[in-house]
Amino acid sequence: MKYFDYAATTPPHPDVVRTMAEIMETQFGNPSSIHGYGERAHQLLRRARSGCAAAIGVKPEEIVFTSGATESNNLAIKGTALRYQSRGRHIITTATEHASVYESFMQLQQWGWDVTLIPVDSAGVVNAQQVIDAIRPDTVLVSLMHVNNETGAIHPIAEIGKQLKKKAPRVLFHVDGVQGFGKMEATPAAWGADLYSLSAHKIRGPKGAGLLYVRSGVELTPLLSGGSQEQGLRAGTENVALLVGMAKAMRMAAEDQVDFARRTTVLRDRLMATIRVIPEFELNSRTEGAPHIVHFSYPGMKAEVALHTLEQLGVTISTQSACSSRSAEPSRALLAMGRDAACAAGGLRISLGDEHTEEDVALLEQALHQMVAQLRPLERRM
Amino acid sequence: MDMKYDMLLLRFGEFMLKGKNRARFEKTIITQVKALLKPYPGASLRKEYGRVYVDLGGESHTELIKVLKRVFGVMSISPVKVTPSELDEIVKTAVAFMDEREDEFKEGTTFKVNVRRVWKEFPHSSHEMNHLVGSPILRNFQQLSVDVRQPDIELRVEIRDQGTYIFNETIPAVGGFPLGTNGKAMVLLSGGIDSPVAAWSSMRRGLEVECVHFYSYPFTSQRAKEKVIDLARALADHAGTIKLHLVPFTEIQTAFTQLGQDNLIITLMRRSMLRIASKLAERERALALITGDSLGQVASQTLPSMNVIGRATDLPLLRPLVMMDKQEIITLSKQIGTYDISILPYEDCCTLFVPKSPSTNPNLRIVDKIESTMSHLPEWVDQAVELTETITLHAGETSVVTNQTDDNGMKDDWF
Repeated sequence: MKYFDYAATTPPHPDVVRTMAEIMETQFGNPSSIHGYGERAHQLLRRARSGCAAAIGVKPEEIVFTSGATESNNLAIKGTALRYQSRGRHIITTATEHASVYESFMQLQQWGWDVTLIPVDSAGVVNAQQVIDAIRPDTVLVSLMHVNNETGAIHPIAEIGKQLKKKAPRVLFHVDGVQGFGKMEATPAAWGADLYSLSAHKIRGPKGAGLLYVRSGVELTPLLSGGSQEQGLRAGTENVALLVGMAKAMRMAAEDQVDFARRTTVLRDRLMATIRVIPEFELNSRTEGAPHIVHFSYPGMKAEVALHTLEQLGVTISTQSACSSRSAEPSRALLAMGRDAACAAGGLRISLGDEHTEEDVALLEQALHQMVAQLRPLERRM
Repeated sequence: MDMKYDMLLLRFGEFMLKGKNRARFEKTIITQVKALLKPYPGASLRKEYGRVYVDLGGESHTELIKVLKRVFGVMSISPVKVTPSELDEIVKTAVAFMDEREDEFKEGTTFKVNVRRVWKEFPHSSHEMNHLVGSPILRNFQQLSVDVRQPDIELRVEIRDQGTYIFNETIPAVGGFPLGTNGKAMVLLSGGIDSPVAAWSSMRRGLEVECVHFYSYPFTSQRAKEKVIDLARALADHAGTIKLHLVPFTEIQTAFTQLGQDNLIITLMRRSMLRIASKLAERERALALITGDSLGQVASQTLPSMNVIGRATDLPLLRPLVMMDKQEIITLSKQIGTYDISILPYEDCCTLFVPKSPSTNPNLRIVDKIESTMSHLPEWVDQAVELTETITLHAGETSVVTNQTDDNGMKDDWF
């Protein structure tokens, strides 16, 4: 079985697994304890923090460790809203965000906040000017993903950050960086981002570890009450082994980023060419998008049937994004891009990782052709 | 800013007037620049007639300006764009430069072009060039007018054989004397707000500084020591490298608590610290001691206390902050990046065993007498010097030195 769902999650790197196992076995101290066990755990945590900070070019004290990007996004959005509600009660995002951002916005809307959803074009990309034009005197936060998890569309983050700084310097700017880090240049400070979320398990680190970059000077209201860990922003004993594992994974991903993009772009373009010549398919990703995601639709065919057929043929790909693929609803992102319901419900995603080779992709292409051949007689009868 | 700069121009300060020291001072600055550039492998350095140029080599100019502003002896920094020495290219870049700052223009903003023709083969004179560059700028930016005497913006153009340098921003830097050109001194680094500022002020006046810290394990924690290492590292971000001497002080400090002279503990401790620091200074060939004392701030910093404490050393005792207000010191410590570390709550040995009413007016005769009854004191002082461990910290380092004293089973390859 060949796995092509790296945007959902990645197999943890063997070096990361070994590191985490060794730490769990030998360094179990609580970093808040002041005895030797705690001291060593504290040192490990500090080094992990420095490592993560270096990988995205920020200061160690600007890193808040979390359990993953869902928590980071919740803390960034609700933490900002609660802290700065005296400035106003208006927040801005796009229609194609990850559920952890979108649902945080919806929750705030239920609590009486005004939410503006900026539309995207047919490629899934937001227009920078439209974001800026949506700013009002009572706007508190703009939240945007760097790379869309379904289609790989890249938002003009740097441009929006620059414009925000110029036109509305008090409005905070949050970037969900989960699908971009390790695939493209990730420099939240240079973009002018105030908050930036990452997850370890998308870059061959462990599940259950993530971080939020909080620019110096930005204050958040914590969502978890308790001890004073993570500068009081995130109570709870830190999971040292996982966080060191994340630091290692981030270092490796940052070091490999340029090479990763070069390698996967070749494979992605090849896959895109194949998908274009299969008349049953509609390609939704663009070559301007991220180097590791190819999204396409098989209108008239249930996506899960396509997925299971491909699995029988020895390859694993994804329907929608993993976080919403168990729901039968058409994709919110694809509908926002102007696709019809049939297309949006038949969305399939291939996502590449650092280990994939030309041979792997050849196998996948063969499987795609074979699937269509098998399912063609059943089209539109499903 | 979007402008893609090619290099930074660093200008030197007051010391350049001193003719014969010039070469030595320049060399010192270059050494410090090189040390601060270590974490930025793309950047490289070039020296030319009393200036230093740093080729960015793809590194961020804002980041490097932030770092190089700290080089002692550098007065100002300008980001520079290099174009071929051809009229069209020069004009195009000059206009792009102004475009970059268009946001700041108001009706009536003035500018001037200042062209220097270093390469005399260039077909247009400086005077002609002022017009050839100035006119298209005026055409492009209607709000601007020319003022050759006191312009708001001065666009500088230096035409050279190998390329033309264009710049207009002059960003003030730290100034002062190049590091170490006025000798070397030992600073007593506690963990508080003042002593790092004293160290930095001394470095700015051309002193190379080594730090001495006293710890009293188990009365002070490992975290307190780590905090001082962090402070020294923050100073290394200015100096390039910093040596930190960690002195075990438990024995002397506990001995003083047994004397039944609680109001003199601080006086006695400070005197012993000066003796140890003096011996370290002698070993490291430093010619002065520096403290963060500020007159009247605490009991040990009254004039009578300074008098009694200061007599414990023969070395000049420098107190750069002596006449400064606390608020000024805090402002400086924030600027140099030590404040956030200094306010971490770990107890250091100067806050330990502090008596309820420390003497603000100690009696030298009594202090001398107490010390003379402690026959082991000179021995303990020597022992403390001997057991001192020294670590060297470098600019741009963020990772922590792990516990030096025991093998703790931690592995570098975990990271």
